[in-house]
Amino acid sequence: MTRWAMVADLRRCVGCQTCTAACKHANATPPGVQWRRVLDMEVGEYPDVKRAFVPVGCQHCDDPPCMDVCPTTATKKRDDGIVTIDYDLCIGCAYCSVACPYQARFKTPRAAFAYGGEPAPHEAARHDPARIAVATKCTFCVERIDRGTAEGRTPGVDPEATPACVNACISQALAFGDLDDPSSNVSQLLRHNRHFRMHEELGTGPRFYYLWDRD
Amino acid sequence: MRKAVDYGARPWQQTHWDARAAANFVCGGMGCGLVVAAALSGAEGVARVAPVVAGLALVASGLIAVFFEIGRPLRAVNVLFNPRTSWMSREALVAPLLVAAALAGATGRAPFLALAALLALVYAYCQGRMLAAAKGIPAWRAPLVPVLLVATGIAEGFGLWHVVAAFTGARAPWLAVAFGALLIARIVVYRRYRQGLGHALHRDAVAALDRAGRVLLWGGTLAPLALVALAAVLPGGPWLAAAGGLAAAAAGARLKATLVLRAGQNQGFAIAHLPVRGVRT
Repeated sequence: MTRWAMVADLRRCVGCQTCTAACKHANATPPGVQWRRVLDMEVGEYPDVKRAFVPVGCQHCDDPPCMDVCPTTATKKRDDGIVTIDYDLCIGCAYCSVACPYQARFKTPRAAFAYGGEPAPHEAARHDPARIAVATKCTFCVERIDRGTAEGRTPGVDPEATPACVNACISQALAFGDLDDPSSNVSQLLRHNRHFRMHEELGTGPRFYYLWDRD
Repeated sequence: MRKAVDYGARPWQQTHWDARAAANFVCGGMGCGLVVAAALSGAEGVARVAPVVAGLALVASGLIAVFFEIGRPLRAVNVLFNPRTSWMSREALVAPLLVAAALAGATGRAPFLALAALLALVYAYCQGRMLAAAKGIPAWRAPLVPVLLVATGIAEGFGLWHVVAAFTGARAPWLAVAFGALLIARIVVYRRYRQGLGHALHRDAVAALDRAGRVLLWGGTLAPLALVALAAVLPGGPWLAAAGGLAAAAAGARLKATLVLRAGQNQGFAIAHLPVRGVRT
């Protein structure tokens, strides 16, 4: 069995937003939509201020509340744990958006482009009308994973099979791999570091882990 | 123009559901309460038909409002696809049954009106569970939300029944007693709900809820109770009761609108630990 998971090392992330840009480039998301984003958190008051950069996005939960509430069955969970959206079934009711505790879902009511009403040539080439007025979110770059594994590559190891944000990370703060494989990079990172998951008390079982100290 | 989403860590008001979604909760609950009141009133003729039709019109107007909110209205029928886990699907499935039973009941078949009242309660419960299933919004996922939505919807419906009755001339003194009891039950449930929230909410949501709560207490509970009591002893009683009913319905509507549009703050982002610098592997 395979269970894909993402690990973000908060000690390594410098908040450069390269993952955000890479995600936008890979998935052609419109302005204002960031499936992968990095929060800049400040805690405390001068002179005792601490700062953390926190990558967030769809957590591909074990028990995704977005899937339970979806009235159309557009939101599904694959056997490998990736939560997907069928754009042809979704009615854009946004129930999933209010059910998601991670603010990971977006709905673009109408086509939006970077430079006004008309798409630039590269936007026109990749514009997908099926994604208008429906819910969208991070897919863990599922097409890359599927294509890569079909070619015998290993997601999280081979860039061709790895989510774009992980490939792009300049400080190797992001890692991707199979939780059920004890030798995978994510399993080893979790074994050797102290970690937590966001809003874990809600019982959603997010598969996005944050490293904050060594074990 | 939509307000830009704040990507910071602090909670912010959800913008996915706007006034159209709030209208569904406001009108749906009221309409269901009106159907229940009509079934329990035992009224005949126009005094029975008028509140049932008004109740169904309210339920329908809520659904129509939502129809105009969804992104792909031409696929709206897909809403029925997931009754196994989605309270929105269940609500959508109950709606046509409610309409059919209520219309059959309004035309004189009493058992159907009783069935319609039952379905109206189920419909209101579905709406309550819909909000409660939204795990991203602390004010909605509170355990008492379904009870609160049912209680306020039924109380509002009983209030509106008195408004309709002032025009149709229907009389049901015990319904006024039930209305008073529902008002008290509603404010008790609200206060329990509010206390149960503790410190889970952002202060903006707390302030909005507390303002609506004060209106619910004074304008939606105490004033209607006084008016209904006066209606029993003063001339022009039905109109006094109608005024009380209207006030109760308006205060309940405000509470639900506030819950969706003002207290619908998400919980933002939070990390359990700050990174420990200088020890990365």
